[in-house]
Amino acid sequence: MAKLTINGQALEVDAPPDMPLLWVLRDLLKLTGTKFGCGIAQCGACTVHVDGTPLRSCMLPISAVEGRAVTTIEGVGATPAGRKVQQAWLDLEVIQCGYCQSGQIMSAAALLAGTPNPQDADINAAMAGNICRCGTYVRIREAIKYAAKAV
Amino acid sequence: MSLFDRLPTDAAAPSGPSRRTLLQIGAAAGGGLLVGFLVPFGQATGKVGDAPPGSLAPNAFIRIDPAGKVTLVMPQVEMGQGTYTSISMILAEELDADWGQVTFEHAPPSDALYANPMLGLQATGGSNSIRAWWTPLRKAGAGTRAILVQAAATGWGVDPAACRTEASQVIHDASGRRIAYGALTGRAAALKPPADPPLKSPSAFRLIGKPLKRLDTPAKTDGSAQYGIDALPPGVKFASLAHSPVLGGKVVQVDDSQAKAVPGYRQTVVLDDMVAVVSDHTWAAQRGLAALNITWDDGPNAGVSTALVRERLRAASLRKGVVAINVGDAAKALSHDPIEVVYDVPFLAHATMEPMNCTVQVTPGGCEVWVGNQVLARAQAVAAQVTGLPLDKVIVHNHMIGGGFGRRLEVDGISDAVRIAQHVDGPVKVVWSREEDIRHDLYRPAWHDRLSAHLKDGRIDGWKHVITGSSVLARWAPAAYVDGKDSDAWGSAADMPYDIPNLHVEFVREEPPGVRTGFWRGVGPAHNVFVIESFIDELAHKAGKDPVAFRLSMLDKAPRLQAALRLVADKAGWGSPLPARCGRGVSVQTSFASSVATVAEVAVDEEGAVSLRRVVCAVDTGIAVNPNTIVAQLQGGIVFGLTAALYGNITVENGRVQQSNFHDYRMLRIDETPPVEVYVIPSGEAPGGIGETGVVAAMPALANAIFAATGQRLRSLPVDRDLLAGRKSA
Amino acid sequence: MRPGRILLIVVAVVVIAGLGVLAWLITASRPMAFAGGGAVALADYKGPPPTGVPADFASTDRIARGQYLTRAADCLACHTAKGGAPFAGGLAFKLPFGVIYSPNITADKDTGIGGWTDAQFLAALRGGVDDTGQFLYPAMPYTAFTYMTDADGLAIKAYLFSLKPVHRDNKDNSFSFPYNQRWLIGIWNRLFNANQRFQPHPDRSPQWNRGAYLSEAMAHCGDCHTPRTLAQNLDNHRKDAGAVTAGWLAYNITSHRLYGVGAWSDAELAQYLSTGYAPGRGVAAGPMGEAVDLSLSYLTPSDIAALVAYVRSIPPVATPGQPAPVLTPAPAAPGQGVAEGYDPKGKRIFEGACASCHSWTGQGSLTPWAALTGDRAVNDPTATNVAQVVIAGAKPRMGTALTYMPAFGAAYTDDEVAAVANYVTARFGAKPSNITPKQVAALRKQS
Repeated sequence: MAKLTINGQALEVDAPPDMPLLWVLRDLLKLTGTKFGCGIAQCGACTVHVDGTPLRSCMLPISAVEGRAVTTIEGVGATPAGRKVQQAWLDLEVIQCGYCQSGQIMSAAALLAGTPNPQDADINAAMAGNICRCGTYVRIREAIKYAAKAV
Repeated sequence: MSLFDRLPTDAAAPSGPSRRTLLQIGAAAGGGLLVGFLVPFGQATGKVGDAPPGSLAPNAFIRIDPAGKVTLVMPQVEMGQGTYTSISMILAEELDADWGQVTFEHAPPSDALYANPMLGLQATGGSNSIRAWWTPLRKAGAGTRAILVQAAATGWGVDPAACRTEASQVIHDASGRRIAYGALTGRAAALKPPADPPLKSPSAFRLIGKPLKRLDTPAKTDGSAQYGIDALPPGVKFASLAHSPVLGGKVVQVDDSQAKAVPGYRQTVVLDDMVAVVSDHTWAAQRGLAALNITWDDGPNAGVSTALVRERLRAASLRKGVVAINVGDAAKALSHDPIEVVYDVPFLAHATMEPMNCTVQVTPGGCEVWVGNQVLARAQAVAAQVTGLPLDKVIVHNHMIGGGFGRRLEVDGISDAVRIAQHVDGPVKVVWSREEDIRHDLYRPAWHDRLSAHLKDGRIDGWKHVITGSSVLARWAPAAYVDGKDSDAWGSAADMPYDIPNLHVEFVREEPPGVRTGFWRGVGPAHNVFVIESFIDELAHKAGKDPVAFRLSMLDKAPRLQAALRLVADKAGWGSPLPARCGRGVSVQTSFASSVATVAEVAVDEEGAVSLRRVVCAVDTGIAVNPNTIVAQLQGGIVFGLTAALYGNITVENGRVQQSNFHDYRMLRIDETPPVEVYVIPSGEAPGGIGETGVVAAMPALANAIFAATGQRLRSLPVDRDLLAGRKSA
Repeated sequence: MRPGRILLIVVAVVVIAGLGVLAWLITASRPMAFAGGGAVALADYKGPPPTGVPADFASTDRIARGQYLTRAADCLACHTAKGGAPFAGGLAFKLPFGVIYSPNITADKDTGIGGWTDAQFLAALRGGVDDTGQFLYPAMPYTAFTYMTDADGLAIKAYLFSLKPVHRDNKDNSFSFPYNQRWLIGIWNRLFNANQRFQPHPDRSPQWNRGAYLSEAMAHCGDCHTPRTLAQNLDNHRKDAGAVTAGWLAYNITSHRLYGVGAWSDAELAQYLSTGYAPGRGVAAGPMGEAVDLSLSYLTPSDIAALVAYVRSIPPVATPGQPAPVLTPAPAAPGQGVAEGYDPKGKRIFEGACASCHSWTGQGSLTPWAALTGDRAVNDPTATNVAQVVIAGAKPRMGTALTYMPAFGAAYTDDEVAAVANYVTARFGAKPSNITPKQVAALRKQS
C-alpha cells in the first residue's frame, strides 16, 4: 500500500510502486481532471503539483511522491495562485476543447506561486512544456499576466 | 467553399447499417430538413435525461421544467469550437430565455432528430454548425416562445401581440403583469408551435453579437468536465491495444505468458487485426501489452513508403482528371509561355490532445457506449452493426471532445472498442496510447498539385490546376461522390475568389496504398489554399507586383474579401520596412463562407530557424454570433495551421508510420507562438463558418513570408529548414 | 665525411626511427602491458581459473555456459541488424571509407556458420580469418577475442549452434580502394594481432585476473575506450583514455581521479556496469547503454566485481581539455545559470522538450535517472554524447518502464540539436560546448 496525500487528504492506495501517479489518480482515485496526453512527459496534460512543483504525473512513479503533498486540478482552486489562474482563465475565455487546460492551469499556478510578476521569458520557461492543440497559447499568455495583476 | 458547404442533404450515406437510418430520414424528410421539429421531445432514442413531470418539450432542442430551468439539447458536438455556447445563444435569443439560467445537454444519437441540415446526418464538421442551424434553431426558439406567450395571454385574457418576453418571462406591460416560463409549461404543452414563427430583427438581438462567456469554460477550469476518456461506469476495466505496426497487418499469434505476471492483469483479447490487454488499471494494461509477444502478418502493405506514394501521385497527376470547373479557354490562354509549378503536401495526423478512446459494455441484450464523437448516430450504428443488436438497444453517451479536427468523424475506435468489449465481462475502457493514436490515424491525404498560369498585362489570364490525391469523400459519404466529383478535394480551388477569365481545375483520384485518409481540420481548402496562394505569390513576383496589390486587382468580384485584405494590410503595416532576414507574407481565402485575409511576419536565421514574429488576420464571417469565439477560433486555427506548416509530416517506411509521439510529431509550443491579432469586420450577412478558416489561412501566409525573408520558395510542406539553411538544395 | 657515409647514416637513422615507431605501434597493441612482466601461461597459473564461467554457472550445461560467455563477449550487439533476427547479422558499420555489414553467425548452413568446424570458428574468432581463408575486417574485435581460451570459444559456438538457424544472406560491404584490399589486413594482423591466449598475472589477485580476462578477452572494453593509432590499432600507451567510436565518445575509464573513474566508488562502478546507471554519474546511453543491456547486465555480481577491480588498476591518463565535472545543481530559476546573450534557440528547445524530465536544476524531476548534474556527457565540452542522446534517445533495459528518453533526431534539425546541446552543456556542465550543425550532421552519419 502506498501512502499518498492528494489535495490535503491522506490516502492509501494498493498499486505497484512504479505505477505512474497519473493512473493512480485517474483509474484508482477517480480524479479524472488530470489528463493523459502522451505518456512521455512531452505534452504536460498530466501536470500536478508535488510540494508545489509542477510535475508530469505520467512518468512520475508513486514511490516518488510518498510523503509529499500532491495537488491536482481538483484541488488547486484552494491555493491563492490556483484560484487567480482559474479566474483569469474564465475572465479571458482561454479555453477551447479544454483537454490540455488542467495541465496548463497547474503549470501557470505553479509559475505564479513562485514568480508573482512573470515576464514573457518566465512564461515561456514555465509553459513551453504544455502543448495545446487548439492553439490557445495567445490567451494563456494574456491570462497569466492578467492573473498576476489580480488581487 | 468546400464539401461541407455543398453536400446535399440526402447525400451523405455512411457505410454499414447507418445507411438504413439515413434512408428513413430521407423518406421522412421528403427533401425537407428538420424532421426534428416535427417529433416531440422524448421520442428520441437513447437517454437525454429525464424531464420532470410537467415539463415543456415542444421540440428536440428545448426543454423547460416547471421550476423555469431551461435546458437546451445540443445537436452539434463541442470540441472546443464554442458551438455549445453559440447554439445556446441562438436558441435563447429567440426564446428570450434568461441567459444566466440556461443549461445544455449533449444530444443522444439520432439522425432523425439531430441531422445537420447541411450534411443530412448527425455530424459536426466542416465549420458549418452555425450556418446549418442558424435558421432552424431560431425558429425552434421563436416557436417555443410563441406558445409560451399564447399560454400566458390566454391565461390573462389578453392579446398575445400585447405581450413581450424577456429573461424567461412573459410580460404584459399594459397591466404590469408578468409570469415566468416555468409557470406556463403545463398550458403551453397543449399548444402546437407555429411552423413559421416570426423571427427577431437583428437590431433586437440581446445575445447574438455579444462576446458572451462560454458555457463550458467553468467545468473545464476545475477538472470536472467529462470527456469520453473520463467515463468510469461502475466495475469498469481498462484496456490498452496494439494494431499491427505495418498498416493493415494481421495477428498471427500471441504469447501472453509474461503479461499474465503483471499485477492487475485480467485478460488478453486477440482479434484478427489487433490485440488488447484488459486490466484493473491502465498501467497494468500498458505493462501487459508491452509484455506480449505478438507475431504479426505484415500483409500487402509491407512495401509501402512515402516515396512510393509520392511517385504514384506524380504519375497519376499526368492522367486526365474529373473537371471541377472550366471557364473560358484555359488551354488556349496557357499555350504561350505558361508558368508551370508542382506542389506537394504531406500526410498529416490529427493528434487530438485526447487520445482515441471509447468505453463499452456489451450485455446479452444491449450495448452501452461512452465516447466523444463527431458523428454520434454513426457511432450508434457501428456498435449495432458489430453486436448485431437493433439500434434501440445501443445507448451512446456523448461527452466533451478533447479535440476532434476530423478524427472523431470516424468510428473506427468505437468499432474496435465494441469488438474488444464483446470478450469482456462488464464495461471496459479502451484508451489508445499516443503512439497508437499517431500510427493508426486516418491521415489528411498527401496531395500533388500541378499548376500552370499565364500572365497578361500584369494579371492572370489563364489558370490550370490539377489536384491529385485521395478522395476522403468517396469513402466517408459515398452517396455524395458522384461521377468522380469531389467537392472537398477541390474546395476553395474550383471556386477561387480571383477573377480569372480562363480557368480550368481538375481532380485526379489516386488512393495511397495502405494508408487510410480522413478529413482533417481545414479539409480541402487547407491544402488548396496553400497551393493557390503560394502560386499567386509566385505570379505576383513574376509580374513585378506587390503581392497585396496583385491580389486586390483581381478581387473585384469578391468585395468582402477585398475589404478584409485592405484591412489586414493596414493593420499589419504591409510595406513598412523590416530588419534583415525578416519578411511578411499574405494570403486570402473565401472558405466555409467566410472571407479571410492574413499576414504573417517571420524572421529566418542563417541556420534556417524560423521565428514567428506576428500574425494579423481580418475576417468577414457575416453576423458574428459570438465575436469572442470567432477571434478564439482564428487565433487557435492559425496556431494549428502554423504547426502543420512548420512541422507536420507523417511518413511511411516499410509499411510503418515512422512518427509516434510529440517528440517526432511536433507541435508548436507557446514559446514559438507569435502574437495573433484578429479583426472581425462587422456584417449583416448570414453567418459563415469559422472553426477551420485559421488553419487554411496560416500555411500560405507563412510560406510567403519565408519567401519574402529568404527568397526561397517552398513548394512543399512542411517547411524544410535544411533547405532554408542551405544544408540541402531543393 | 664522405657523402655516401652521410647517406648511410641518414638511412640508418630513418630505419631505426621507423623501427622505433613500429615497435611503439606494436607494443601499443598489448592491452595488459601496464601490468608489467610476470605473466604466466594459463596452464602454469595456480590460482582459481580466471577463464570460463563464474562459479555460479559451473554446474550448468554447456549451452547455458555458452550463453553466458556469448553475452560476456557481447556478440549479439554487432551481429544483429536493427529490428532483425538475433545473430543473423546485417548491422551496418558506417566508417569513413565505406559501410560494412556484420555477417550472419547463426548455424544456417547456407548463409550463416552452420558448416564451420571448431577450428574454423576459432580461427575467425581469434585470428580474423573466415572459413574461406579471407581476412575479416578488424571491426570484428578478434584482437581482443584472441585472448579467449579454446574451451570458451567453443562454448560460444555450441550456444550459437543451439539456436534456430536463420537464413539471411550477408550483405556486401561497400569499401572503396584501397580499403577493399583484404590482403593488407594480413600484414596488419601480423603486426597488431597478438594471436596468443590470455596469460594470468600470479602477482595480482585472482579477482583482478578474472576481471582482466573478462575485460580483454570477452567484453573488449578497449575497442571503444582506447584511442587508436594512425595504423588503427589500439593505442594502449593511452589505454582506456577515451575515444570517439561510432560517433559516441567512449569516456576515459582510467583510474585518473579527475578525468577517469578514479573518483567513483566501487559500488558506483558496479551499479553502473550492471544497471547502466549510478546516482550522480549519469546513465549509460548509446553503445555503452547497449553494452549494459545486452552484455554487462547479465554478468554475475562476482564478475562485475572482478571487472571493477581490473578497471581500477588501469593507469591514470589525463584527458587534455576536459574540465573537472560540475557536481552542483544549476539554479532552479530558468533565467539564471546561463549567461545572457546565449543563443536563445537552445533554451527554447530545452524549456519545451527537456525541462519536464531533466528540470532546470538538472537534478531530474521525475526520476533520478534523468539527472544531468555530474553527468559526464554534459561536462564534455565537445557535447558529442549530449547531441547523440538527443538524436537517438535512450531506453535502458535495466531501468523501469519510466526511464526513457525519446529520440528527438527525426524532428529536430542539426541546428536545433546543436543549439540544445550547447545550452545543456552551458547550463549543467563545466564549460559550454560549441558544437555546430555541421558536426551534428557528421555525428548522425557515424552512428
